[in-house]
Amino acid sequence: MDKMLIVSANPHIRDKSSIAKIMHTVNLSLLPAVFAAYWFFGVRAIFLILVAVVSCVLTEAAIQKFRKIPVTVSDGSAILTGLLLGLNMPGNVPWWIVMLGSFFAIAIGKQAFGGLGFNIFNPALIGRAFMVASWPVEMTSNAFWTQPKTGLSMEAVSSATPLNMVKSALGSDPSLKTVDIIRDAEISYLDLFLGNVSGCVGETSFLALLIGVIILIAFGYVNWRVPVIYVGSVFVLTWIAGYDPVFHILAGGLAIGAFYMATDMVTSPVSNKGNIIFALGLGFLTFAIRIWGGYPEGVSYSILLMNCTVPIINKFTVPKKFGFVQTKKA
Amino acid sequence: MDFSNLVIIAISSIFINNFVLARFLGICPFIGVSKKLDSAVGMGMAVIFVMTMASMVTYFIQYYVLVPNDLQYLRTIAFILVIASLVQFIEMFMKKNMPPLYSALGIFLPLITTNCAVLGVAILNIDTVWADGRSYNFIESTWNGFTAGIGFTIALVLMAGIREKLELADLPESFKGLPIAFVTSALIAMAFLGFSGMSIL
Repeated sequence: MDKMLIVSANPHIRDKSSIAKIMHTVNLSLLPAVFAAYWFFGVRAIFLILVAVVSCVLTEAAIQKFRKIPVTVSDGSAILTGLLLGLNMPGNVPWWIVMLGSFFAIAIGKQAFGGLGFNIFNPALIGRAFMVASWPVEMTSNAFWTQPKTGLSMEAVSSATPLNMVKSALGSDPSLKTVDIIRDAEISYLDLFLGNVSGCVGETSFLALLIGVIILIAFGYVNWRVPVIYVGSVFVLTWIAGYDPVFHILAGGLAIGAFYMATDMVTSPVSNKGNIIFALGLGFLTFAIRIWGGYPEGVSYSILLMNCTVPIINKFTVPKKFGFVQTKKA
Repeated sequence: MDFSNLVIIAISSIFINNFVLARFLGICPFIGVSKKLDSAVGMGMAVIFVMTMASMVTYFIQYYVLVPNDLQYLRTIAFILVIASLVQFIEMFMKKNMPPLYSALGIFLPLITTNCAVLGVAILNIDTVWADGRSYNFIESTWNGFTAGIGFTIALVLMAGIREKLELADLPESFKGLPIAFVTSALIAMAFLGFSGMSIL
């Protein structure tokens, strides 16, 4: 087959990168985050991630077998969905919930739309939203978040996430300052940056995720505009509204969302202009849900909401054709 | 009359209690007219128009005809009749006097006169109460109708954009057309859960 001459339409420029190469690079760039998950949340974090990855891969393979189309699990995209979903789980969540969430993510979020490249929403986030809607107690109550470094065993001590703490404290007394609340809970900015706080197993470490995304930007697999503008707009909006901006960018799932989920090639806009609009929308929605919303965390929902707008954004941000002159309407 | 009440109504009926994605009203035009972006926009405009008119006229029916005569149990049928005939009259009037608007809204106007979302907004205007037990006044009802229409339009336009993209997707045979539209709207509704419990001010 390689020796055959193929006549095809343009573009004719060839590039060495392939889906498999990109996906495996992204997977490898998540290794620091996986390591951080192990470091802070112990063996159970690795167990949850493995459950998610294996369920995603098996679901994808089974559906593609069933549809009698080529099985493409070796391209690593199902592994990536599994990794992101596993990293987004509270430490004490039952493993079978993770399994069902992974199944939903791949079966409904991705394969029902025709597989990789056609999905409208980020599959990992669809899985997560499905789990939050179906098992709200297990996915959001304080009993299922774990205190870091307490559980290298299978049962860790539970603890509220910093965002949960701040939200409930502000709910009971709006005059409190975020800075004071986290100081009383003995959480420093350094803890938040390194990931030494309660939260989803892979979202707490800003540092590990930052290392990963810098690698991806260096390879050119991530458009730097999305993470920079997304994180920047959350910073600016929380600052203007009188909250603690440093806390809001370091806490919760903003890092994993902005670095890995909002930058998903399939579900983000094509053009730079589109990506800027997309990232600004994400920043605003995250801010709105965190400050005004019913949930302490708004990253996953804001990415899903902006995923819905991507086809419209793409339609209205088509770049000008090279050498094309706008003809005036008569 | 408080301005902040209007902001609360707008946020609520556009995002938190979006007619399609949270209340699940008006699913038939949502699925039926979301295939093309142009027709989705046309339908959206018609829904905004009809919902606003319906909110205005049913307010008077409720408080000046039904309540004084103790006829609240006739509300459903009275509202349906009044909304349908009102829209028919407006359509005739527009056809004669405002041809450009008529051709823009066109076929969509009669399509939604008896829609559940339109009746829904009229009834919710009466049934929704503030924390102090007062129900919506005239301006709040009209505003609720207008913003509910905007919420519907946003949902419809988002859906149309997605469905135009899905035209090109390699969907499994059994998911082509309507099934994937339902799956997609379920997933959008799941994303809109993010707004639940939102409280501004």
